[in-house]
Amino acid sequence: MPKERVGLVSEIPPGSNKVVTVRGREIAVFNVGGDFHALLNRCPHEGAKLSRGIIVGLPESEVPGCYQLSRPGEILRCPWHGWEFDLRTGKSHCDPQGLFTRQYKTSVERETSPDSCGDAGLTAETFPVIVEEAVVLVEV
Amino acid sequence: MLRQANPFPKVDCDLHLTLPTTSELLPFLDDYWHEQVTSRGIDRLELTGDISNLPAAIRPDWRGPATLERVQTCALDAFDTDIAICNCLYGAQAVYNADLAAALCGAMNDWLVANWLSKDERLRASIIVPWQHPELAAKEIERRAPDRRFVQVLLMVLGDRPLGQRSMWPIYAAAEAHGLPIGVHAGSTYRFAPWTNGWPSYHIEDQAAQSVGFQTQLLSMITEGVFKEFPKLRVVLTESGVTWLPSFLWRIDKLWRGLRMEVPWVKRPPSEIVAEHVRLTMQPFDGPKDPQIVREMIEQIGEEMMLFSTDFPHWNFEQAEFAPTGFDADLMNRLRTGNPLKTYPRLQETS
Amino acid sequence: MTSVIESPSAGAVTKVDAGIIDCDVHPLPKDSKSLYPYLARSWQEHSEQFGTHLRQPFINTTQYPRTAPLICRRDAWPPAGGPPGSDLAFMQQQHLDPFHILKAILIPLFGNVASERNQDFARALATAHNDWQVAEWLDRDARLRASLVVTQDDPVAAVKEIERCARDGRFVQIMLAPRSSEPLGRRRYWPIYEAAQAYGLPLGIHSYGIGGHASTGGGWPSFYMEEHYATTMGGPAVMSSMVMEGVFEEFPALKVVLVEIGFAWVPSFAWRLDRLWERLGDEVPHLTRPPSDYIRKNFWYTTQPMEEPAKPEALRRCFDWLGWDRLLFSTDYPHWDQDDPSYAFKVKLSPAERKQICRGNAENLYRF
Ligand code: FES
Repeated sequence: MPKERVGLVSEIPPGSNKVVTVRGREIAVFNVGGDFHALLNRCPHEGAKLSRGIIVGLPESEVPGCYQLSRPGEILRCPWHGWEFDLRTGKSHCDPQGLFTRQYKTSVERETSPDSCGDAGLTAETFPVIVEEAVVLVEV
Repeated sequence: MLRQANPFPKVDCDLHLTLPTTSELLPFLDDYWHEQVTSRGIDRLELTGDISNLPAAIRPDWRGPATLERVQTCALDAFDTDIAICNCLYGAQAVYNADLAAALCGAMNDWLVANWLSKDERLRASIIVPWQHPELAAKEIERRAPDRRFVQVLLMVLGDRPLGQRSMWPIYAAAEAHGLPIGVHAGSTYRFAPWTNGWPSYHIEDQAAQSVGFQTQLLSMITEGVFKEFPKLRVVLTESGVTWLPSFLWRIDKLWRGLRMEVPWVKRPPSEIVAEHVRLTMQPFDGPKDPQIVREMIEQIGEEMMLFSTDFPHWNFEQAEFAPTGFDADLMNRLRTGNPLKTYPRLQETS
Repeated sequence: MTSVIESPSAGAVTKVDAGIIDCDVHPLPKDSKSLYPYLARSWQEHSEQFGTHLRQPFINTTQYPRTAPLICRRDAWPPAGGPPGSDLAFMQQQHLDPFHILKAILIPLFGNVASERNQDFARALATAHNDWQVAEWLDRDARLRASLVVTQDDPVAAVKEIERCARDGRFVQIMLAPRSSEPLGRRRYWPIYEAAQAYGLPLGIHSYGIGGHASTGGGWPSFYMEEHYATTMGGPAVMSSMVMEGVFEEFPALKVVLVEIGFAWVPSFAWRLDRLWERLGDEVPHLTRPPSDYIRKNFWYTTQPMEEPAKPEALRRCFDWLGWDRLLFSTDYPHWDQDDPSYAFKVKLSPAERKQICRGNAENLYRF
């Protein structure tokens, strides 16, 4: 599958996301604690843009009245009806088999580009600088 | 004292006995309460919220004092009933003084044993509890549980507080420990207006409010985690109506997906919890007259969810025509035998 | 439940085939002073010094914390600032334009005018809300229609306000709160119904209000999940009271729209009322017909929040039992539990059925 460039790693700090449109499809790429996860930017329930949701933890309880919050930052609550989705899988918490949003593979690669900030006019000799930067790619 | 086991008894899950006045309880009250009741005239505690006290709601040929003989003829023999679960509502369950409530409820259970259970072996009863004070209610359950003719614990649908709240849990703990379902019966102690918009003018509106009360109370038990805390507990909604159940479940399953984070101990769709823990008695049937629609509703409700009841002496049907149109004979048999036996463990051991 | 939405599902309302009438949209003022231009100086002063006076514990928020701030969807906060529903341009861009909304009925819930205990203040607020709707919404977008805000606890004043506003045909209904001081069928409210019938204005009864009664007959529940359902049960409360008190015997042409109070409970509730009436009807001798007859003739329902039964066909049967002509599409924009017209229906509808619910029924009812 062709890889599409999403953007620089530095553009998408942990807890945020970036939306790219690839062949007419909106894809939201989330940085979850340094890992990048790409989901179709449409809630499988009624189509809200998941990128506008809120990133939260997973409330759990084995005993009524005792609350635990696990997996901080790994759960997306849809901006509309608040259904919870696992950012790592795209699956809904309440119905993981039946309700999920499409997930795409991501990768982080180094990208090289010539340095543009050399101040050529004033120095006698210049050296071309190659900057390596990390970029996020998504396979669509 | 119990009969030879009958593997296929016909069970009536809701038959009403009426306590005419508190004075009937005098033999079962201690000296203090005896004197309180007699000297203060605490004798007429019939409930506004018990439809048994509305003559218009009583079947004409079943009106009049419910003596043992009348119950035997009209409610047991007439339907060929093998086992009937008796529910008795009275002001004991509504007075504000918890100690008075405990004294009267205890006496009512004694009265049930002496005047009913001991006189006809077809009869079973729900334990009457002072639910105004859940710890005292739990004590009463402990006291009665050894008598296997008590087969469930009786609450009303609208009382001091939402039924799921933790202050109610001593009742559920005791009931679960003794394998007793909680029978939540229609009725109100009028602590709160029947409707969210206040006090309506007519009895008929109070009655209409009951089915909504069942919905909000069932939701309370689910959200508060009663069935998580008491995984073996069963609840029988009695005189609740049944056709509200499907649309109620659609809505709360959907709400659960968005609001589960508020009650994270609710780990399954509420409809699954209800299917496992809750049953409903079928009379008064609140469906339409069209048998085709009735059959569709039965399918939506699930026939395993319903239990047969005559709701004696309330006027839901004529003669012995207790099956509403759309309920076929096979279904009625399951509602009368299989479903109750699965719901009430004590019926199996004693029938 | 469906899995991945890649394209609008089979039952989706495509924007082209109908054009939608949205029967429930909530405008908000930008801030607490936005209504001042429409309030007398003395009431502005009163607002500053005393504020509202309601039958609930909190001054600035609802009894139960909602699922999201201001009850709103998280993507509806206008980029230019202000709360969701306060910026017409953003509402147009996010909601009215993309969904091809032909008409949208505004329902201003803020301020709890229907529940304000200070009746003089309530009267001033009602008038201000109505003038604010005209000046800041109706006059700025021809697609918008308004709900007439009245003091329901003071029907005399309510009727005056109806007379004042009804001349403007863009007020299309009279707004009442189901969580009222007394059940809405009671005679104290009848002057409002008389005026509504005379002006041909339906009542728009949207789930809200703080009437001072516990939210359920069993008391105050603990969780918002329960509160959400309890507000829905304001629907049967209104229906039972209005039918049993004989409102529709007195005002046979009165139309009642239950807004955001559900619809799936109606068939079962109507059956229940009929069964009760068979036995206890002598108590309400003023009724000449079974309750379900009045319900079938005098009530309408907005669709949001849409029901999503596991077997979608059950929804179709529910519509059959309700009457397809009774359903009015609504989004509830910008609230969190709003419905998107493209995906709300999880059951397959024919184009004609879609058009009827999303447009035709509202056109007939509101005479658009
Ligand atoms: S649209 Fe996402 S939960 Fe409904």
